[in-house]
Amino acid sequence: MEQKIEPQELQLTKQDFESDQMVKWCPGCGDHAILKSVENVFPVVGQKMGYKKEDFVVVSGIGCSSRFPYYMNTYGIHGIHGRAAALAMGIKLTNPKLSVWMISGDGDSMAIGGNHFIHIARRNPDINYLMFNNKIYGLTKGQYSPTTPKGQKTKTSPQGTFETPFNPGELAIGARGKFFARVIDTNPKLMQKVFLEAALHHGASIVEILQNCVIYNNKIHALITGRDTKDDNQLILEAGEPMLFGKDKSKGIILEGTHLKAVTIGENGITKEDILVHDPTTEDTGIHMMLASMAPPELPAALGVIRSVKAETLEDAIWNSVEHEKEVSPYKNVDDLLNSGNTWEID
Amino acid sequence: MTTKKDKIVEIEEAVIRFAGDSGDGMQLTGNLFSDSTAFAGNDFATFPDYPSEIRAPQGTVSGVSGFQIHFGHKNIHTTGDLADVLVAMNPASLKANLKWVKKDAIIIVNSDEFTEKNLVKAGFENNPLEDNSLTGHLLIRGPLSTLTKEAVKELDLDNKSALKSKNMFALGIIYYLFNRDYTKTFPFFETKFKKNPLVVEANKKVLEAGYNYAETLEAFTNTYRIEKASLNKGRYRNVTGNLATAWGLLAASERSGRKIYLGSYPITPATDILQELSKHKQFACVTQQAEDEIAGVVSTIGGSFAGAMAVTTTSGPGLSLKSEAIGLAVMTELPMVIVDVQRGGPSTGLPTKSEQSDLMQALYGRNGEAPCIVMAATSAADAFYSAYEAAKLAMEHMTPVILLTDGSIGNGSEVFKIPKVADLPEINPPIAKANDPEYQAYKRDPKTLARQWAVAGTPGLRHRLGGLEKEDITGNVSQEPLNHQKMTDLRQAKVDKVADFIPPLEVEGDSKSDLLVVGWGGTHGVLLTAVEEMRAEGKSVSMVHFKHIMPLPKNVHEVFSGFKKIIVCENNMGQFANYLRMTHPEFKYEQYNKVQGLPFMVSELKTKFDTLLNE
Repeated sequence: MEQKIEPQELQLTKQDFESDQMVKWCPGCGDHAILKSVENVFPVVGQKMGYKKEDFVVVSGIGCSSRFPYYMNTYGIHGIHGRAAALAMGIKLTNPKLSVWMISGDGDSMAIGGNHFIHIARRNPDINYLMFNNKIYGLTKGQYSPTTPKGQKTKTSPQGTFETPFNPGELAIGARGKFFARVIDTNPKLMQKVFLEAALHHGASIVEILQNCVIYNNKIHALITGRDTKDDNQLILEAGEPMLFGKDKSKGIILEGTHLKAVTIGENGITKEDILVHDPTTEDTGIHMMLASMAPPELPAALGVIRSVKAETLEDAIWNSVEHEKEVSPYKNVDDLLNSGNTWEID
Repeated sequence: MTTKKDKIVEIEEAVIRFAGDSGDGMQLTGNLFSDSTAFAGNDFATFPDYPSEIRAPQGTVSGVSGFQIHFGHKNIHTTGDLADVLVAMNPASLKANLKWVKKDAIIIVNSDEFTEKNLVKAGFENNPLEDNSLTGHLLIRGPLSTLTKEAVKELDLDNKSALKSKNMFALGIIYYLFNRDYTKTFPFFETKFKKNPLVVEANKKVLEAGYNYAETLEAFTNTYRIEKASLNKGRYRNVTGNLATAWGLLAASERSGRKIYLGSYPITPATDILQELSKHKQFACVTQQAEDEIAGVVSTIGGSFAGAMAVTTTSGPGLSLKSEAIGLAVMTELPMVIVDVQRGGPSTGLPTKSEQSDLMQALYGRNGEAPCIVMAATSAADAFYSAYEAAKLAMEHMTPVILLTDGSIGNGSEVFKIPKVADLPEINPPIAKANDPEYQAYKRDPKTLARQWAVAGTPGLRHRLGGLEKEDITGNVSQEPLNHQKMTDLRQAKVDKVADFIPPLEVEGDSKSDLLVVGWGGTHGVLLTAVEEMRAEGKSVSMVHFKHIMPLPKNVHEVFSGFKKIIVCENNMGQFANYLRMTHPEFKYEQYNKVQGLPFMVSELKTKFDTLLNE
């Protein structure tokens, strides 16, 4: 049979990943900026890692963010609530050559899918896990989520929530995750840089995206993203660089006793040499955990790649075992197996 | 072996029940006797009966573990109603099993264990060995513990280790009784206890001692021999249903050229399938022990999207947890096999006992109109073919298939004629071709109504699937009212069309008679035995047995029309009978139901059928 072969592009472009479907998020929703960043970064990922456009798979659970696969021109599955991590794992373990991206939200990942979140972190399949955190249930119209700050009034917490929220970074690292990063939807440059690093990291890369829900939780991240406040409230981490922040980078983070502390260079005898230098690659979770926990107003929120530690991936372990078993197994085919052990002949 | 003193009697069949404390090694004893039965060329079926606790309080009735084997010269379809021989290693196992033995059965007890303390634990008021309550039975009171210790006294073994092999003493007695060559079991000890030659030696000595003890005892008036069974020519082995299920899946994977992705969570009595498949990575069989039942099935959907022959295995409570995800598989029209090894329910129920009560859950236990193929394996050996067919139908018709087996099938074993994989039917999934310009996600093959399988990673076929309703042909998200109606109709029609690809119902017996016995799944053997026996007695009884439940074979109406009365027998409270009332309301259905965690007995079925015939 004659087969029509599509000309293989030498270079992928953003257009290769744009869908013809109407994007139905609210105007002003942070998701639009995230979608653009992902569309921009896929061609780069393809080029750097040798993926063709059919090699990208985008899966999701349920929630506003989880409509994402429909808005990308890739292979995709819009799954069921909380279970995208399991979908992603099944795909990656079956075919490790695919670039698997998973989209989820704070309700999808931290509540109904909390179990899968911790297990994917420890199992470490090479999946890029983008978790949009707007600290509210959007699609069901405004109930509190497991990341909603304690005391916040929502439709299901008219007196304010009574619960302590999760910090996704603490959870990921506590579950022995090897890669955790945090970005904000208002900084596309940082998003693209971090998404690329997530893709290049061989293992489960969990990225928390601080995302704004204009309808039900507007300005929830305002301290970190506001024009006047952001300099003092965000620390953009760079591997090998001192943890400096503030306008003119005049502030920094030091370790005092067993705590992180924000200081100003030049005050109280503090010099640049006193400032902690970021090492995302260390196995030790101590400083990474403290960085993930930092929050305004006491400390700036840490952005960028907080932790990136090399480890064997789940699919490599499994497929190496398949190769090994093929060599050593006495069963070369299923007939061998059926005829193994105690058998007898009837004439 | 010495020459026998006792007379050898030829018999047709026999049932032996080994019973002891759950630490007494009764399952091993039973399995070794099964192997020896295979060597003897008999047909047989086995049934383990053990508590859900790993080590229930020692010496109590709740801690009794049993193993029954039915073997014979003719074809054996059941594990046997009542035992001809009972081995009871302690008072509790005698107490628990007396109701399962024939009136004139041989009962072999370990008299050392019949102490006052143990009798109280077992709930005996008097010592049954001394109060004449066992009159009618041939009672063999052997001090098996003492004799075992005696047999190994020359070996440097502590008391506890020595006593561990007392089950082999009992096995030796049974070997003598049924004229088996005990040396055939020696290689097993040599492999199993390779690292401990002393234990190998002890087991050999004890087994031999048991055999010789039975011979010198002169308590048995006869010993027994059963002629080789008249099985068809070929190579045979013993399989449990769970093993056969795993192997059927492996065969389907090889034949279809699709690697297996299995996502499962351990659950009794299905865990064996996960364990077995985990051993066979050499066949590109990727197994993932998931964090829960839901992750198991959902990862399976991912595996299917990436082109694997996707499987998840579970039991009743697990199927409940998987419901939502099976709905997603119905909606995305991705192939997968869900094996449900049914157990007693509801809730945790009777984890180690068998039941057929997940039928309605399999058929309808999902939100929305969510049809999928439902099949049921009919025996341990049939589980191989059922699993193979479930995988074939799933892939060729692009739908989830629920395969129901049950605890009796899963843990029970029978003789299996080994097939050649190349002789099994071809499996041809509708894989979409790379860069096919005509490809659309929900375009269907008019013959099957199946959409194509466009495996993620294939050039030129990028598409999105998901739980939201999809537009016919294109697969775009659609909330359009008439489209939803159409897609709902199509999903059902696709499953209904499978009826074109499954065999018609076959009647066992005459196609017209007074009574039709209807069964499905794991009750096949016992129903067949009851019907065969009644037919031999000249009764006007026939039988049909269902393996395909959704859809049903096409000729149900035609077959049912030939009978005056129809009785549906099942180990639930009438789920299949009610399903037939929905699908074929033109007939009247009598029911025979049993939910005791026990299989039907031939005798009780025959009594019921006789009553119906005489009404």
